[in-house]
This record gives sequence, C-alpha cells and structure tokens, in this order.
Amino acid sequence: MRVTATVNGVQHEADDVWPGESLLFVLRERMGLPGSKNACEQGECGSCTVYLDGVPVCACLVAAGQAQGRDIVSVEGLAGSDGSLHPVQQAFIEAGAVQCGFCTPGLLVAAHDLLARDPDPADADVREALAGNLCRCTGYEKILDAVRLAAARLRTSGGAGA
Amino acid sequence: MDFLQPLSLAEALAAKAANPDALPIAGGTDVMVELNFARRRPPILLDLTRVPELAGWSLQDGRLRLGAAVTYAEMTGERDSGSRMAHGLRRSAGGLGRGAGGLRRLLPGLAMAARTVGSPQIRNRGTIGGNLGSASPAGDCHPSLLAASAEIEVASARGTRLIPIDGFFTGVKSSALAPDELITAIWITRPSGPEQFAKIGTRNAMVIAVAAFGLALHPGRRSVGTGIGSAAPTPVRAREAEIFLAAALEEASLWDTGGALPESVVTEFGALVGAASRPIDDVRGTAAYRRHALAVLARRTLAWAWTDYQRSGHSGPAGSAGAVAGEG
Repeated sequence: MRVTATVNGVQHEADDVWPGESLLFVLRERMGLPGSKNACEQGECGSCTVYLDGVPVCACLVAAGQAQGRDIVSVEGLAGSDGSLHPVQQAFIEAGAVQCGFCTPGLLVAAHDLLARDPDPADADVREALAGNLCRCTGYEKILDAVRLAAARLRTSGGAGA
Repeated sequence: MDFLQPLSLAEALAAKAANPDALPIAGGTDVMVELNFARRRPPILLDLTRVPELAGWSLQDGRLRLGAAVTYAEMTGERDSGSRMAHGLRRSAGGLGRGAGGLRRLLPGLAMAARTVGSPQIRNRGTIGGNLGSASPAGDCHPSLLAASAEIEVASARGTRLIPIDGFFTGVKSSALAPDELITAIWITRPSGPEQFAKIGTRNAMVIAVAAFGLALHPGRRSVGTGIGSAAPTPVRAREAEIFLAAALEEASLWDTGGALPESVVTEFGALVGAASRPIDDVRGTAAYRRHALAVLARRTLAWAWTDYQRSGHSGPAGSAGAVAGEG
C-alpha cells in the first residue's frame, strides 16, 4: 500500500508499504530519514520518539497506515531551515549529554515537547517527561543539565519554537 | 496482510462482521509489539483511530461514558483538549470532556492507574479500550474498573450490549467479546466517595505490575469496591473483603461519623484481599510475595481512602470535583 504523510513540513510518499510495518520503518527505510533510531521495537526505550499530530509517540508502535495523511515531526525537523540547531540540541552538545548518541534523537523530541509545554520544569518534571527514554551511557545527569540549560535559554529568548 | 481504515462506527462494525479475524488496532502499544516481533500475523489490521464515535467522553445522568479510544493521557489529564483535537484519535472528541484534568477529577482511581502506565509516549497513544481488549491480567486499568463496577459497552452489526466488568475477563488474555464485536465504550457511575490505586513494580515508569490493587468506597450505596491485578488468571475482585469492610463500616456507623478505622478492621481487610488472589510464581515475583504485597497495598490504600473520606466531610471527591459544565 501507499502511505502519504507530511514529515517535517514536507509531503512524503512511500510505496509498497507492508501494512504491518511501523511508522519507524517507513521513516528510516522508505523515506530516508534515519534520525529516529530503532532499538527496542516495543515502546520501552523511546529512541524512536516523534511528534504525531503534535503529540510525542513511539514511531515503532504506530502502524504505517495509521500515519496516512498525518503530520509528523522527527528529530530531523527540530533544527531551523538554515541548519541552525534548536536550543535543545545545542544544549545537549554543550552539556555533554551525548555519548554514543543512539538515544539522543528520542530524548531531543521528548525534551523539546516538555519545554514547549512547561518553560520552567522542576527536576522531577524533567525526570518524569523523560521516563520513557533510556540512555545507557550518560547516567542521565548530563541530560538533566542539558534540559535545564535549554530551558533557561528558551525562557530568555521567549519560547521553545517549532 | 490487509489494512482497513473505517471512518465511522457503522463501517467498523461492518468490517468486523465481514472479517471476524481482523485484529483491531488503536494506540498500537500492544498490537505493534506483537507485529514487530512476528508473534502475530493477523490477516487484517482494523485501524480504529479514525472512528469518531470511539473518541471523547461524556457525563450522562450521573454516569460517565468513556469512548474506547480515550487515552491514558486523557485519563490523567496530561493532555488537554487542545492536543486532543490535534490528535488523530481525537478529531471529534465529543461530550463534556474539555478542560484539563476533567476526567482525572471525576475518576481519580482510574487516573491514578493510568498514571502508572508506561511512559508519556505510551500514555499519549494507549487507550482504555485497548487495555480491555488485550485483557491481560496485569492491565493497569482493570483493578480500578472492577472497584468502580464499570460496564463495558460492546457493539457488533447485530447490536449493542453492556457487559458488567465482573463478567468481561474470561481467562488469561481472553474476554467475553464475540469475534464480530468491538469495544465501544466504558460506563462508570460517577463515584460518590474516594478511590485509590497502588501498583508494585521495579521502577515507577515502564513496568508491568507485579501486583496492583484498586479500591473505591461508595458511601452513596454504602458499599466497597475492589480490584486485584497481576495476581490471578484474570483481574478479580476481593468480594469477601468488600463485604467485610462494608459491614464493619456500617456496624460502627463509620460512614456517618467518619471516625477512625479500627486497626483490626484494616488488618483483616488486607488479609482478605491477599486471600482473594490466586497468584503464580513467575519472573516478576513469587506467589507468596504477591499475596503478601496485596495485603500491604490493601491496608495502605484503605488508609489513604479513609483519610480522603474524612477530609472530604464524608461527601467524597464527587462532591468536591467542581462544576462540570452541562452535567446531566
């Protein structure tokens, strides 16, 4: 079957999609967007987190056909059109929140969503918002630092942006 | 594998009647795991995310009707109507469910249970109808639905019927749903008293319950509701514990006075809840641990609920839930 969706503001089309495959597979293998990572395939690790109609979900748990006509934003869509990194991305780099990088795309989307809803989250809120994203390298402390840094910068500049 | 995407309930029921072996999918948090790991290869996937009749919730004559596609995030109040309207499942969210936290305040026990599900990503997607459809003994909504004596509305091309939650679970991952039926809604009488829920797992997020317990005090009808999860082949009520506690509250006029609960009553209630379980040893815990843990959870939730009852001036959370626009 054919699946058409808006991904990062651009209309994408995928042909010969098997109805049982996931949105994650469609993004990575059919649309050439490998930013969302495939790790657990059961919603446990959050590495494939994307926005589906503005709501963060695990792309591995969305059936390809369910994405038909929907609006998807993946990690590739967080940076500006000029390639400038989103403040959340910049903060992850500066705080040392990236080691192997496999969990990073999902964490970026989850953190981006948190700061769009809550510009000044308490540490407990950050931990809760990121509870569905596993990182096996950093021990999370640098990730928390990055979210705090991004939150502070976004408050100064006025908003999480898109 | 075929993929069917009905745009109305009538279309969905016709599709299910014509293809009883079609596997319904909504949030996909159970179904997609089975597909991703090749544990299941249904001939047809029946996508319910575009059936408007399954979305949203309403309050009708003191009873809440939750569409089967209501998500955990809606039950907890994490996602308000704004994101709901943007979400695929929410396109025509009906009823009175607008406003952040509406369901959370009306059904606190279910909200507490939903809060323990997975992670934000999972709660954004998983639905109450899917939780029931999977009919896992560990399903997080089930103890609270049992405690609240919920009724499950199921429909087919033949018609609609209500199944009391007590009769819904028929075995491990099996339910009273006929092959041509779909779960359309969950009906719950608006609580007249406090509700509590507690769950044991290895961490707060992303765990299947080792044991779970839901409790509802019903001062309106002077009764007690319970639900046990993960400690029997199906979710079950602890009927003897319910009858014992209701009688003890009645005898000592505690419904009226809101006086202190005797320690002996709390202890016996916990023992009866533990005895009502039929747990097994598995990778998550032993049967003995589960039985012990349930007694502890029962005592704790009862203490919390009774404190809520005393603080509420005996009218329960329903009395303090605030105005609900258009009630009735």
